[in-house]
Parts: sequence; structure tokens; C-alpha cells
Amino acid sequence: MSFRNRWRKILSSLMLSLTGVCAVVAVSILFLILGLLVYNGWRSVDWNFFTQLPKSPGETGGGMANAIVGSCEIVVLATLIGLPVGFMAGVYLAEFGGKTFAFLVRYTADLLNGVPSIVIGIFAWSVLVVRMHTYSALAGGFALAMILIPITARSTEQFMTSVPQTLREGALALGASKWKTIATVVVPAAHRGIATGMILGVARIAGETAPLLFTSLNNQYWNTSLTQPTASLPYMIYTRAMSPYDDWHRQAWAAGMVLLLLVLFANVAARLILSRGIAVQK
Amino acid sequence: MPTSAALRAPRSGPGQTWLRRLTNGDEVARLITLAFAATILLLTGWLIYQLWSTSAVPRHKFGFGFLTSSQWNPVEGQFGALPFIYGTVITSILSLLIAVPLGVGAAIFLSELAPPGTSSAFTFFIELLAAVPSVIYGVLAVFTLVPLMRDYVEPFLKKTLGFTALFSGPIFGFGYLTAAVILAIMTLPFIISISREALLEVPTEQREAALALGATRWESTWQAVVPYARLGIFGSVFLGLARALGETMAVTMVIGNDPSLHASLFSPGYTIAAVIANEFTEATGELYPQALVALGLVLFLLTIVINALARLLIIATTRRGSAHP
Repeated sequence: MSFRNRWRKILSSLMLSLTGVCAVVAVSILFLILGLLVYNGWRSVDWNFFTQLPKSPGETGGGMANAIVGSCEIVVLATLIGLPVGFMAGVYLAEFGGKTFAFLVRYTADLLNGVPSIVIGIFAWSVLVVRMHTYSALAGGFALAMILIPITARSTEQFMTSVPQTLREGALALGASKWKTIATVVVPAAHRGIATGMILGVARIAGETAPLLFTSLNNQYWNTSLTQPTASLPYMIYTRAMSPYDDWHRQAWAAGMVLLLLVLFANVAARLILSRGIAVQK
Repeated sequence: MPTSAALRAPRSGPGQTWLRRLTNGDEVARLITLAFAATILLLTGWLIYQLWSTSAVPRHKFGFGFLTSSQWNPVEGQFGALPFIYGTVITSILSLLIAVPLGVGAAIFLSELAPPGTSSAFTFFIELLAAVPSVIYGVLAVFTLVPLMRDYVEPFLKKTLGFTALFSGPIFGFGYLTAAVILAIMTLPFIISISREALLEVPTEQREAALALGATRWESTWQAVVPYARLGIFGSVFLGLARALGETMAVTMVIGNDPSLHASLFSPGYTIAAVIANEFTEATGELYPQALVALGLVLFLLTIVINALARLLIIATTRRGSAHP
């Protein structure tokens, strides 16, 4: 074998093993993140974290009970607005969409999905905060809903179009109208996929911080109404991590671990749901 | 009474069929879902209108000078976007320099080499990586990456490459380079998963033909498979770029918050998203918040153009192989 050919073989195996190294590096980053958060978070999390209000700056102890509840409020609000709108838009795209208008909606949804979340925050601020003269959970929920709508629409569309055409034809042949076909055949057949998309979308918005910075802001105390500034877990993590206090850093790790585990749990659960339902979307 | 309606069917015309479809429910369902689909268009239009109208004051006051001025002094009412645009672009480009080779390499491994089981397990983990919230990357960056960069990476770079302006000057740990590293980690999953899909679209014949001509496995991959999937790979890079440009929390936490221009990558800087995140709630008066909204508009336009390009490239590859004209 000539030198050149031997060199080509060596180069081939060298480059191919390098691609393997790249993949291993990418995956190990995930485990590094998970490991660091669980290691630092586990030492920091305690019962008070879930049950007490935050202490004043510099004081030790306290928890993030109000932020946990606040986060839930904001996410539930966003879900109540975002999921129905996104779902219905997805049904339109998959079942009724013509050529031009559906393409336009699809493309716009993708663009909206790519708009930086901080810009969505500015929009919610200018639409709600400026008019209501106060930061509020409502504005935060609206901002997160803006992020959720295009995600839900596109994933719903994707899973509904993967339902076999023969199922639709069967229902129509039995005399069902189109909307009845959709409601009783197509949506049930795609329900696992649609649910997966929705869970992934909600998990994504639950961790969003940037849109909340100047919409729901923060709160040291329990708040009683949706039109008041409201604490949220991601915002707390941000302020705690950027503070100069060691005890607040400890809380940032604890809150980070809780948030990460919740988000990863939702992601794994969503994919498990999907993998069981894979048979219907061939 | 569906049967009697069917018996009276002959009286038809366009209006009649529309009315029948309406009573049937199909037209109602179509109109309702259409309204929701239109909501997406309306919301996007409203978003653009709000950004445009809420940034009117600085636009009239500074004009295009807003983009080229490097003065950012809220106290004296001086607002120039250049340091932020520079910081945004430089951190994003740097992050791509790290993420693209790593991401495309990993995508090649996952699509060409790895056995299906390994490939799908790795892809699963990489998709989880994409789901990690940005603020968590920020926490990790502040507490682990910044000390690491300050104590090891940046001194090493200064010792070896310190003769260039890029790698000289004092070391803080917070700054362009650290932001770029965290951005690279955050864009990596997008580049990997979309490049991988583009590579999987390449027909097997393409590989076999190259191998039959005597190419090694790597030559076949690099000269026959990767060029075939190039549009999709470019698409993934642009998508990663758009993510990096608009990324807020993690960057805000490590960029160092210095609104001036620096040649050194070690020095603290600022990005558009970071300055909005930091200063928006403190901005008083009329001009100051509107100047920040104007920055938001710049960021929006920047990401929308790059996203539109990325989507077109991805649509082009998934519809047909990019080797065909």
C-alpha cells in the first residue's frame, strides 16, 4: 500500500473518531449540567425553601414559596390562553389550510417562534403594563402565551398531518361531516402527539425568564391578585444568582435544581407518552 | 332532518352549498379555526406595530445615527446602539466558531457512524440539552464557567496568543469570550439536531457511489454526503445564530455590562438583549425606555432576517435534496 493510501486511511479513522468525540462532548455537557445542579442544589434545598417567604437582602434563610406559587399562576394563565389558540390554529393548518394562507400562517408562526423572548417581553410591556400602569401576573402570562401559541400550533399541525389519510376517508365514507371526522377520528388518533407537543411547550415557557423581567417583575410577599407584580421561580433564580450574598447563591442553586428537574421531567414524560403512541402516526 | 334535505338537493347554487356547509358544521369549524390561525398573523403584526410606534421618539431624534453612535449616556440623553450591536454580533459569531465544528462533527457521528440505538439515545440527550432553561445556563456560567475562564482558559490564551489585540488586556472572567462559550453550549443542540436531520435525508446511493469509486469512509462523508446536505446544515447554523443573537439571560449574567467598545475578547461588554434586560425597569422619562425599545426593534429585525433565511434553507432541503437544482 502506498504511503498516500495509508495516509488516507489514517485520516479517515482519525476524522471519524473526532466526530465521535464531538458527540460525546455534546452529551457530556448535559450530564455535567445535571450533575453540577443536583450536587449544589441538593445541599441547598430544604423544607423552608418550599414553605417560607424570601428574607430581606443579606439575611440568611427563608424560601421561595411565593415564587413557586407565582410561577404556577403565570404558567397556568399562559397555558389557558396559549394552548387553545395554538391548538385551533394547528387544526386549521392541518385540516382546512389552503395553499397560500396556510403557508403564510405557518411561516409567520415559525418566525414568531424565533423572535427573541426579551422582545416578546417588550411587546407585553407596551400592550399591558403601560396601559394598566402596573406590572402584573397577567402581563407575564400574556407574554408567555405569545411564546406558547406558535409552538403548540406547529406541533399540533405536525402530529395531525401524520394521521393516515385512510382514517379520514373511512370516517367520511361512513357519512361523517368533516368537522366530526376531525373531532372524533383525527384528533383522537393524534392525541398522544398533540399532548406531547403541549407538554414540551409548557415546559419551555415554565423556564422562560426574559419575558417576565418587565411584565410580572417580582414580589417579596404573597400577592392576592393577578393584577399585581408577581414573583416567579426563574426571576428569583436570576436575582439570587446575581446578588452578592452567599446564602442567596445557595438558594439560586436550590431553585435552579428544582426548575431543571421539573423541566427535564416534563420533557422525559412527554417523550414517553409519544413513544407509546408511535403506532398511530405511521 | 338530513334525509329530507338530501331529497331537496337539486336546488343548488354557490350560495346554497355554502349555506348547507354552514348548517353542516364544516364551514363553521373552518371559520373558527381560521380565526385562531389568523390570530397568529394579527399578534405578529401587532408586535411589529408596537415596536415601531413605541420607538418613535429616538428614531426621530437620532435617525440612523442611533445605529452608528457609540455614546450610551442615559443621564445626558445620549443613546447610541453601536456598542450593543457590536457585542451582540461578536459574541454570536464567536459562539458559532465554537459550536459549528463541534455540532456538525457530532451530527456526522450520529447520522453516519453511530448504531441506531446509540444514535437515538444521544439525540434524546441532546434534545434534553435544548430544553434546559436559559437562566440555568446563567447560574452555571456565573458560578463555574466564569472562575474557570478567569483562572485557566483566559490566562492560557493570553500566554499563547497574547500578541494579538483580541487576546490581550486585563482578565475579568466576565466578558465577550465567556458569553460566547455559554452561547456555544446553548446553540449546540439546535445545530446538531437539524444538521443530523439534513444528513439523514441524504440518499444512501450518494454514499455508496463515493465508496465504490474507492473513497475512504471519511472522504465519502466529507466530499459526497456533507455537500449534499449543505443547505440544511447552513440552515441549522443560521438558526443557531438567530438563537445566539436573541439569547438574553445567560449572556446578561456573564457579559460584564460595559456599554463601550473593546477590541479585547477578555474585556466586559454588552449585548442588545442584556442592556434591555438590565435597564428597562429603571428607564424613566420618555426617551430612555423608547431608546431601549428601539434596541429591541434592531434585535427583532436582525433575528427575523436570519430566521427567515434559516427557514427557507431548511424548507429547501427537506422538500428535496439540495444537490438537485
